[in-house]
Amino acid sequence: MSIVLLEAKNISKRFGGIQALSDVSLTIRKGEVYGLIGPNGAGKTTFFNVLTGAYTPDQGEFVFAGTELPTGKPHLVVERGIARTFQNIRLFREMTALENVMAGHHIRTDSSLFGILLQNRHTREEERLITERAYELLRYVGIERFADTLSRNLSYGDQRRLEIARALATEPQLLALDEPAAGMNATETAQLRDLIETIRHDGVTVLLIEHDVKLVMGLCDRVAVLDFGKKIAEDVPAVVQKNQAVIEAYLGGGHHAH
Amino acid sequence: MNELAQAIPYFGSRNPRVARGIVLALMLLAPLLAGMIGNTWIRVLDAALLYVMLALGLNLVVGFAGLLDLGYIAFYAVGAYTWGFLASPHMGVHLPFWIVLPAGAGLAAMAGILLGFPVLRLRGDYLAIVTLGFGEIVRIFMGNLNVTNGPQGINMLDSLNIFGWDVSRNIQITESFQINALTSFYYVFLLFVVGSVIVMRRLQISRIGRGWAAIRDDELAAKAIGINTRNMKLLAFAMGATFGGVSGGLFGSFQGFVSPESFTLLESIAVLTMVVFGGMGNLGGVIVGAVALSLLPEVLRYIALPIQQAIFGKVLLDPEVLRMLLLSLAMIFMMLIRPAGLLPANARYSREELVKGLKEKQA
Repeated sequence: MSIVLLEAKNISKRFGGIQALSDVSLTIRKGEVYGLIGPNGAGKTTFFNVLTGAYTPDQGEFVFAGTELPTGKPHLVVERGIARTFQNIRLFREMTALENVMAGHHIRTDSSLFGILLQNRHTREEERLITERAYELLRYVGIERFADTLSRNLSYGDQRRLEIARALATEPQLLALDEPAAGMNATETAQLRDLIETIRHDGVTVLLIEHDVKLVMGLCDRVAVLDFGKKIAEDVPAVVQKNQAVIEAYLGGGHHAH
Repeated sequence: MNELAQAIPYFGSRNPRVARGIVLALMLLAPLLAGMIGNTWIRVLDAALLYVMLALGLNLVVGFAGLLDLGYIAFYAVGAYTWGFLASPHMGVHLPFWIVLPAGAGLAAMAGILLGFPVLRLRGDYLAIVTLGFGEIVRIFMGNLNVTNGPQGINMLDSLNIFGWDVSRNIQITESFQINALTSFYYVFLLFVVGSVIVMRRLQISRIGRGWAAIRDDELAAKAIGINTRNMKLLAFAMGATFGGVSGGLFGSFQGFVSPESFTLLESIAVLTMVVFGGMGNLGGVIVGAVALSLLPEVLRYIALPIQQAIFGKVLLDPEVLRMLLLSLAMIFMMLIRPAGLLPANARYSREELVKGLKEKQA
């Protein structure tokens, strides 16, 4: 439980006049579910984007599994073992559910152009393997019956699940979920909670951005709170819940002179 | 093949096997049937097959990877001029086709990468404008350089000689029966088209095809699952251009001369229209689109002149004008009736038999 998987060191990011992140440092341990919460515009998604290489930070660095993470190169970050989902679902619309997950295997496969053109044994074997694995992953998240359905025709909750399955296909050590419960009803949220528990149980560390406070408090081992780009608290949920700064941030305590 | 069989309305989906047989028979007998009307029609078929290959190549860039390319004909030009340089009296070299065609393909692929680098960050309209410019630049260069002989182009290109068989010679079988050179070209081109389709098909259901489709559907998400979008886009441009280069070489050998006027913007647009008309992303659709839109104007030309003569006593509309009119009408018609093309993409990016096997195991 106490091995550090990801360490963010003094991450800052500015967009024009807005300091989206200032000096954010946090530590995620292997095997935990780590929650990142905060009011709208607090910088949670920016943190995700900087971590996964979509943006380069102005300052600071990430140390992942002992070595520094490349910045601004999303595919290298994925290769190192960090996968993400999006706040507004982003699937490959014209591909079936199964093919979406198969595309997720891209980084872990290595058939070459010539192997593919000649359909050599390695290519055929690899194709068979990832078809099976993708199907397994669909079953893992509970939507294998929709394997042949175009992803755009799936229901909202199933699209969320599919996105998680696709992220898992990249074989991550750290799975970063950006508001996975947004727009879900109570039943779907409960199912999602079970799924995240299972994922953690199977050895994947989870970083969770979420607005649903009940879900976060029930699921996370530790929680960090962002407000106006600054980390104002980091602790186990029970302690964070009673933190004065956090309560003010959420209820609008009024003395933040930013 | 299955997709082509489905192109036969209603019948194709009911009797797939018969439909497939009909398509195959048509493909093989087409030049003989056309020859009964006149040799011109075999020539039209040959040109149609070249267009099919072009449309397939462009479909790889536009349909698979979602990169709108309005200068695609430039790669066709590169292939054709390569043939002109390496197999004609122009430079005094006469290399065999198995050197010239790969050289043309390779140079076209390089041109594709050259175009790809500056446009990596562009999408949609912006990409279209830059590629359009690229196509024009290539054409204008060919028309103004001394080494390409300017607007006159290069004449007397070597014809296709496949290990001693000169395709451009009629084959005399008996006193009264001969196989027309145009017919020979048809079968050679058909082989190339079949080869192209196999290559496309294999690419489509591979990790590369899925990578392209991912970039097309959502580039940000593609990056987020670890796809190196830069390399995959460059690969798409290069592969698409390769097909353009090969068909350009064949075009040069078929036509016997190359000049810049074969590679105008209008041609790029015509090929794009074929792709969109047939069904972007769907190999069968693209083939049907290319065949239909290259045959239709010729048919029209054939009947439009006599009809105009008969009704008005003179020709009011030039067939070339009619061709553009028809292409435009086809596009408007498609946008209204079938926005996804004649055969909308029902594209698979996985091996059907593998998926089916898994489901059966499940049940």
